[in-house]
Amino acid sequence: MEPLIEVRGLRFRYEDGTPALEGVDFRLLPGETVALLGANGSGKTTFVHHLNGLLTGEGFLSVCGLQVEKKNLPEIRRKIGLVFQDSDEQLFMPSVLEDVAFGPLNLGLTPEQAEAEAKKALAEVGMEHAAARAPYHLSAGEKKRVALAGILAMRPAILVLDEPTTFLDPPAQRDLANLLRRLPQAKIVVTHHIGFARALASRAVFFEKGRIVREGGVDEIAREFGWNPEFSPRVPADGRRED
Amino acid sequence: MHIPDGFLSGPVWLGLDALSVPAVGYVARLAQRDFEENHVPLLGVMGAFVFAAQMINFPVGAGTSAHLVGGALLAVLLGPAAASVVMTAILVIQAFVFQDGGVLALGANVANMALAGVLAGYLPYHLLGGGRLRKPAIFLGGALSVLASAALALAELSASRVAIPKGMLALSAGLFAINAVAEGAITVAVVSGIEALSPRLAPRRRAARDWAPGMLAATAMLLATVGALFASATPDAIENLTRPGGSAADWFERAAGVVIVFAACVLIARAFSRRRAA
Amino acid sequence: MHHVVLESWSRQNSALHARDPRVKIVLLAAYLAALGTAARMPALTTLCYAAPLAAAAGMARLPARALLLRTAVVLPFSATFAAFSMMAGDAGRGEALLAKSYLSAAAVLVVTATTPLPKLLWGFEALGFPRFLILVVQFLYRYLFVISGQAQHMRLAARCRGSASGRLGFRRAAGAIAVLFARSYARAEGIHDAMLARGAAGQIRLLAGARAGGRDFAFLAFGIAVIAAVRIWSL
Repeated sequence: MEPLIEVRGLRFRYEDGTPALEGVDFRLLPGETVALLGANGSGKTTFVHHLNGLLTGEGFLSVCGLQVEKKNLPEIRRKIGLVFQDSDEQLFMPSVLEDVAFGPLNLGLTPEQAEAEAKKALAEVGMEHAAARAPYHLSAGEKKRVALAGILAMRPAILVLDEPTTFLDPPAQRDLANLLRRLPQAKIVVTHHIGFARALASRAVFFEKGRIVREGGVDEIAREFGWNPEFSPRVPADGRRED
Repeated sequence: MHIPDGFLSGPVWLGLDALSVPAVGYVARLAQRDFEENHVPLLGVMGAFVFAAQMINFPVGAGTSAHLVGGALLAVLLGPAAASVVMTAILVIQAFVFQDGGVLALGANVANMALAGVLAGYLPYHLLGGGRLRKPAIFLGGALSVLASAALALAELSASRVAIPKGMLALSAGLFAINAVAEGAITVAVVSGIEALSPRLAPRRRAARDWAPGMLAATAMLLATVGALFASATPDAIENLTRPGGSAADWFERAAGVVIVFAACVLIARAFSRRRAA
Repeated sequence: MHHVVLESWSRQNSALHARDPRVKIVLLAAYLAALGTAARMPALTTLCYAAPLAAAAGMARLPARALLLRTAVVLPFSATFAAFSMMAGDAGRGEALLAKSYLSAAAVLVVTATTPLPKLLWGFEALGFPRFLILVVQFLYRYLFVISGQAQHMRLAARCRGSASGRLGFRRAAGAIAVLFARSYARAEGIHDAMLARGAAGQIRLLAGARAGGRDFAFLAFGIAVIAAVRIWSL
């Protein structure tokens, strides 16, 4: 199977010289979901920002068979949709419908076609009733779903979600996981939430200081790096701590 | 000071609307050259930032507090054209969403705060911002922007024959002076804070330039605004206001005097710079 | 916050809500001009100018008391100058200041309470106002409450850390604004990235606006007639 994303030896330094990525190798095959785990600042978000050309590093990077370089960016940005961690930065238009239509309009659809695609995408995430509302008034979970609709309206082949469970309460997290499982696109999920990763991803990679240091199953990696959410010792039900 | 509708007389609000509309159009085109449409969100966010920053209290002694207006700060951070566009956007939102300032009076408020205020806030920084006088220049910009807006507002009110007792005028002048000093101080403090916090975002130091012609232009502006302020504050003004028929002519006389002084300064500045260039 | 109220009012349904924003803008301009050029505002004239507004507010089913209260923000400023006019012997002028400033604010509020801001901005753009400025207003409004909320949190946090009146010292207040600036700038960069990620390439494309129908033209004609009648009568 041809990989949808192929990365070899990706390196990137910030303007002030701080190294951010020190040789990353990565592949994404059609239909699979991969979880990116790792400490804050280990390079996960920097890495995904290379996939759609927001950042440019050195090394081999191809998305859907296209080299990630300036001339291919319009096509690449159609094929790979990025859901940002901060929904307030992603939903920048005054109404939900206008925001979801933003992508289709940029793809060259007429206003009528874009509106139709936007309504379809909103229905897919269950937010068609909110089309006329202002994003400011939505809950975190609703904003995340609208952000996802904005990406789905462009009919991408790959979905990338950066810490999607931030600010979501457990029911909203569950709803999001169920929604994502129904979507056929290949997915990359950057997350700290092991339960969420486990529900979606067949495979995980662990970032450390700008490199991928391990690849494997979600649970296996969580155990090896102590990434599971269990803290010990526990406080017993009678409240007494064993000191 | 946001002037509501109903205060300015017909010729004043009409005239200022007629002046401001093309001026804002021109300034928007200038800003668009520096910030293409993709960067509109930055300007919008900066407007929201100033709006929010206006809510923060700065203690200025005796239990009173001042607030940032922001014209000079925006001018230093974004350049004068973009700053004017952002200030105009702020005034539009204030008028329509918060009923702070009239809609027909927008021409006047925009001229006072978004055009004259921003320009007065920018000129000192433009002239002196490169050298050791950077902080005083930013301070002067903040102070002048408030003084210019206030002076113009008072002139417009007096031209519209709005009665202002002499005592009140003196009190307003005092308050404006305090606010001017506060604005200068706040603007300097915030720019310094930004430089300390995120040097990458701090405004670039301007290259030192030939300051003489610009200095004269700035002086001209100062004279014009102070002249307008005095014009509305002189005792005869109040008497003339209540005398029917005489006030319009008197006001035109005074306005003409101010314009002549301003024009003279600009011409001298031009002559000066031509001689230097020769 | 009161903006929430305006948002919910403007998204209701009524005959007035459904009118083309351009028509409402033109009528607002005509009304304000008629009001602005009226010389004096004795009680009867004030009532004549208030009547169309009341009718419009009723047509739009706007809550009267809330509307009147919200408009009252202009009163402190106007009342002060009205008092000065009366002290100078011109009570008529004072009366005019109060009436005109209040009615103008009410007229603007009736329009913004029946037109969601994005539609209103579209109306201005369609009438020829500079697009660049209108886009800046649009984004300013979108992030106004997000960033104001952040500023409020900062004030609250300062109070929690013991500043008695909620006021920071001068230097700390400036520092707070610098932090607010840095966060706002970072947010703007995030928005820019989000726009690029969805294919933005220079011009911001917008959905189609409204199309003016027969009802809109009829409303426009009717409105102009009413405003002209009130203006001529008050001469």
